[in-house]
Amino acid sequence: MESCACGAPVSCGTKQGLIRLGIDLSHFDYVVAIAGNPNTGKSTVFNALTGLKQHTGNWPGKTVARMEGMFAHHGKRFKLVDLPGTYSLLSMTVDEEVARDFLLFGQPDTTVIVVDATNLERNLNLVLQVLEITDRAVVCLNLMDEAQRRGITIDDRELARELGVPVVPTVARRREGLDRLVEAIAGVATGAIRTNPRRLPCDPQTQAALDELVPLLENAVPGLPNARWVAMRLLDGDERVIEALENGELAQLVRPRNSATTRIEGVVSA
Amino acid sequence: MTHSTASTNPQIRNLIERAQRWRAQIGDTLHDRVVSAVFADAAAIAQRTVKRSGKPRSDWERRIDSLLTSRLWGFPIMLALLTVVFWVTIQGANVPSEMIATALFWLQDQLEALFNLLHAPWWLTGFLVHGVYRGLAWVVSVMLPPMAIFFPCFTLLEDLGYLPRVAFNMDRLFKRVGAHGKQALTMSMGFGCNAAGVIACRIIDSPRERLIAILTNNFVPCNGRWPTLILMATMFVGAAFPAHLASIAAASSLVAVTLFGICMTLLVSAFLSRTVLKGVASSFALELPPYRPPQVLRVLYTSIIDRTLLVLWRAVVMAAPCGGLAWILGNVHIGSASLMQHLASFLNPVGHAIGLDGVILLAYIVAIPANEIVVPTILMAYLNAGMMTEIDSMTELKNLLVNEHGWTLLTAVCLMLFSLLHNPCSTTLITIYQETKSKKWTAVAALLPLAIAFAVCFIVAQTARLLGWA
Repeated sequence: MESCACGAPVSCGTKQGLIRLGIDLSHFDYVVAIAGNPNTGKSTVFNALTGLKQHTGNWPGKTVARMEGMFAHHGKRFKLVDLPGTYSLLSMTVDEEVARDFLLFGQPDTTVIVVDATNLERNLNLVLQVLEITDRAVVCLNLMDEAQRRGITIDDRELARELGVPVVPTVARRREGLDRLVEAIAGVATGAIRTNPRRLPCDPQTQAALDELVPLLENAVPGLPNARWVAMRLLDGDERVIEALENGELAQLVRPRNSATTRIEGVVSA
Repeated sequence: MTHSTASTNPQIRNLIERAQRWRAQIGDTLHDRVVSAVFADAAAIAQRTVKRSGKPRSDWERRIDSLLTSRLWGFPIMLALLTVVFWVTIQGANVPSEMIATALFWLQDQLEALFNLLHAPWWLTGFLVHGVYRGLAWVVSVMLPPMAIFFPCFTLLEDLGYLPRVAFNMDRLFKRVGAHGKQALTMSMGFGCNAAGVIACRIIDSPRERLIAILTNNFVPCNGRWPTLILMATMFVGAAFPAHLASIAAASSLVAVTLFGICMTLLVSAFLSRTVLKGVASSFALELPPYRPPQVLRVLYTSIIDRTLLVLWRAVVMAAPCGGLAWILGNVHIGSASLMQHLASFLNPVGHAIGLDGVILLAYIVAIPANEIVVPTILMAYLNAGMMTEIDSMTELKNLLVNEHGWTLLTAVCLMLFSLLHNPCSTTLITIYQETKSKKWTAVAALLPLAIAFAVCFIVAQTARLLGWA
């Protein structure tokens, strides 16, 4: 992986901050996905980080396609991918499939889950589902100003402990908290921040099935990063995942990431 | 087994077989169990980390929402708002329309004098001044004022966050006819522009329901058709009532036409989902975005620049050559009649059968690229039909339509219905082709509304005549 090759130091001494690179997508070190419910300010976070002006609007379903942009931080270049807003990853709508396929097959180095602080409980549904797929996530607790106005306080440290990933409160519209967000993204991407994501509890029977299937899966596809999730999908009879397993798409994920990412993007955007 | 060729790797085959065996044991409930585990866990975490003090979510927002989306009041409020918007438009547009017309026709006289002074040949004066310029002048004075009032009002409602509430109210109806609830949103966008509405149908995931939404988007009037509807409502429907009721009657007739369009949307959706596009409606979550104070300046800017001027510009660009063409058609004679008269009399029997006339049908054919120019084309056709009358006010315009060309209330009603129901403009059709990638469905999108328009107008016209109303 990249982080091994360049031997990124745990904490960088130089203060280089955020450089917004817009759509200059040539060469990147890390891929960052942005997921979240609709209307949480995903596009605002995306624009604030990349300096792009993707259209934002008070209208569910505005972001129909994926948007990509770039930023640099401490000399490392991050490619940002704005996924369509979804409430869940478990049903079968096109939006959810695009988001889920990218998380699974695009293998982002970090996934930022933008969360509406005024409505944490519903937003956590998606957070928990994303954490089932990937270890490397940062929760961006957005719209903190609106939450404050409504008398809602959130213990973000406790939330981070519960979820096992960094939680950064932000007001993306006013660019508050974005520096910390970038630090967290970079930390998770480089491996400087170790995550220990919460996993859903599971009944004994399913657990037994997983205990049998996960080692088989890890044997058949060595190096697969989210074998538990894939095994769950197999138990659920997910055709898309079964197909990816059969035609070797899943196995190719384990190859060096940069080439895999480019290839997978073709799949996802098709 | 079914997966014989898919994988040659024995490990993977073994894995999939085992997974299937486990699946048979666990049963189909795994998905539901995972979903409820997610919900339970999310609730537990939220309980431990979120503290609420004071009032939960602003009270007035919730109260307004429950009123705007209530079963009892939702629709009456919707209708009332629509009526108010139309009423304001009609009331407000009268005076500026007259003023603009007076100014522009004064300028026409000056232009004519200038051309005569320069000894320009009669056909050049005729083509440029009586054809192109007069056409433009009518388009501007008839279309600009109502649009400059209607579009900002409509954008204001949009900006306040009212449209998603409309969608919420309509959702139940769309579900009942087997269509997607989000179709209420795409339909709302169609009120602005059908091509935009068709593109918006991408937010509907199921291909079946998306196709229904695309095919029926045309049944709500777009920017290009509002001016025609508003003009007819003011000039004929309003005029049929006593003066103090005229505006409200005209506004109500516009509401009625809009409602009829929505009913047709639902009817045709129901028809499609029960015949060629069978299936069950899928469910979705619609979030009601918070009310935001409308940015009045931005609303004015976008509705004046993006909508009013754009629509007007399209009309002008199309109307200028069309005005010239109409003048030529009206002044080139074959035998005793002009080309225009030949064409119009050829179309007349069909037009008459559906309550219109040959010229109106001709205008609809000319207006396939843009609905904006239906009224301008009709006017230019009439104005250049070889008469020497000078028309320079709204009253005279109405006299021309009624006295010279026999328009009645029935003509106006049929014109409104035809305008509402007929085929989408060519821009929308191209968009439909791009979105569906199917020539067949594009053809259906063009011919189905056209057939419905002919059928509805035919029934209305024949019934009215049979009962002696017209």
